[in-house]
Amino acid sequence: MNENTKRREGTGGPAVNAVRNLTSAGVREKAMRIVFTACACVSILAVALICAFLFANGLPAIAQIGPLSFLLGTTWKPGNDIYGILPMILGSIYVTAGALVVGVPIGVLTAIYMSRFASPAVNRILQPAVELLAGIPSVVYGFFGMMFLAPGIQDFLKSDFARETLHIRGGKGLSMFTASLLLGIMILPTIITVSKSSLDAVPDSYYEGSLALGATHERSVFSTILPAAKSGVLSAIILGVGRAVGETMAVVMVAGNQPAIPQGLFKGLRTMTANIVIEMGYATDLHREALIATGVVLFVFILLINLCFSAVKGSGRND
Amino acid sequence: MTENAAAGTSSAMTRAKPLMVLPKNGRNRTAARVKAAILRWLVRLAAFATTAVLVLLIGYILVKGIPNLKPSLFAWEYTSDNVSLVPALINTVLMTALSLLIATPLGVFAAIYLVEYAPRGSKLVKLVRLTTETLQGIPSIVYGLFGMLFFVNKLGWRLSLLSGAFTLAIMVLPLIMRTTEEALLAVPDSYREGSFGLGAGKLRTVFSIVLPSAMPGILSGVILATGRIVGETAALLYTAGSVAAVPAGKDFLFDSTRTLAVHMYLLSSEGLHVPEAYGTAVVLLVLVLGINALSSFAAKKLMKK
Repeated sequence: MNENTKRREGTGGPAVNAVRNLTSAGVREKAMRIVFTACACVSILAVALICAFLFANGLPAIAQIGPLSFLLGTTWKPGNDIYGILPMILGSIYVTAGALVVGVPIGVLTAIYMSRFASPAVNRILQPAVELLAGIPSVVYGFFGMMFLAPGIQDFLKSDFARETLHIRGGKGLSMFTASLLLGIMILPTIITVSKSSLDAVPDSYYEGSLALGATHERSVFSTILPAAKSGVLSAIILGVGRAVGETMAVVMVAGNQPAIPQGLFKGLRTMTANIVIEMGYATDLHREALIATGVVLFVFILLINLCFSAVKGSGRND
Repeated sequence: MTENAAAGTSSAMTRAKPLMVLPKNGRNRTAARVKAAILRWLVRLAAFATTAVLVLLIGYILVKGIPNLKPSLFAWEYTSDNVSLVPALINTVLMTALSLLIATPLGVFAAIYLVEYAPRGSKLVKLVRLTTETLQGIPSIVYGLFGMLFFVNKLGWRLSLLSGAFTLAIMVLPLIMRTTEEALLAVPDSYREGSFGLGAGKLRTVFSIVLPSAMPGILSGVILATGRIVGETAALLYTAGSVAAVPAGKDFLFDSTRTLAVHMYLLSSEGLHVPEAYGTAVVLLVLVLGINALSSFAAKKLMKK
């Protein structure tokens, strides 16, 4: 008996080993649980850090310049220490609106086609096409806009048709129009994918009911399925707005970037994102802080758009 | 007689009604048919426009770019004459590897927490989802600004590979988290129950049962993230800088580097090397689209399972 216990203590018998394994497994479970939780908290930490650093570096500049003369000032002349970003705010808004004019009809109609009209064979081509469009880097979009769209539009503006019939004078290829067109193309995949998945989710019974009442296929789709998918389509559009407001490289390459209140459809403008990218390279002191403050304004814009997005998504769930 | 006449007129009246409606009804039907045809052609036109834009863009870059793929573009060293893209390409690989090395474990572990561990309706989960959605909406230039303020200035990492990689890691984190989460949710609960039934602990179940089954989905997310990293410019300009050489030596993590996308932007904005810019665009486009194709291939493999 005594010998027996001694031997067990000495070599660590099976029972003791099992208990030891269990506790070490328990410790490992707990440790890894903490690791997993910590990793999940990284995104919270990231958002907190981003907010803290942007606001801490941007708000003092806004205070120094004066919130009103910063947000509503129409002149941006870093050389004279005049920092008004209204032209850039308007630039971002105009270009985004233009992108929606181009992107929303084409995007939503394409989504309707893919969801309710196209045969599986056609969708086998369209689906990867939309994915490809989503994958193209924004620099390549910008390069395409700069080398193909802008010169094309410039030539069009020089033509007799544009001068005599449309009475457009002195327009440029690098302009609000080109930037809107390019951004409209860039937000297409976002709008198509999100709209399509909400259209796909509408129960077929809606459509069948409409058909049974004698409506055509087209009418059934447009007056029963589309309204039923309304909140999904709306959130697709809001996501598109977010992409268009935040897009940087493509806009910098085609918008002309004059830091003045936008003068017209075929005149150049500068967005908030472009303002940061163009001048951050050489900016110092207050100029640099004013650029970071531009980033803060942009960030607030994006947060508001996100808020709209969650509101729309939330209302969609309640239906 | 009078009654009969009255009956006759009344029946004529009742018959008259449909007669009066019918032609209108026919017109309605043509109108409906025309409307349907217009709608049908509108959606077709939109789908055609989407495809046409893609074909035009890719076609334009390929047609203009492929003739410009000269051997000098692939020289080992970058000079201002040959504007070789090889150093930028190598930097891209380094940057991608480093960013993924940071973001993948974080994203996958976070997703494991959300799917396997988190209690239902916990406040932490709500907060994590909210912040992840916020991160997803933040434009890359804002990430660039943050990276510049935090990694470059505050932590004193200078314009470097490391600053760029950390910035990009935060940027792709929500993407990896979301795709991993979806992949984990797609693993049937019976797998987990089977594993528990055999006496395996939670951790063992996660690592030897759930993760391997979810691998194709996770992989597809990671590859998608790779595509975003390779194509990213705005977040890197002021975090990784623009030195066109491969970092070397002991402190290579703290050397400034330009990736292929940044290289592409600088070339086209300088406007001095337009043919080379076309060539570089081809390489960048093919690289990114290839990576994305790989990702959807992995996702399809998941679907088949």
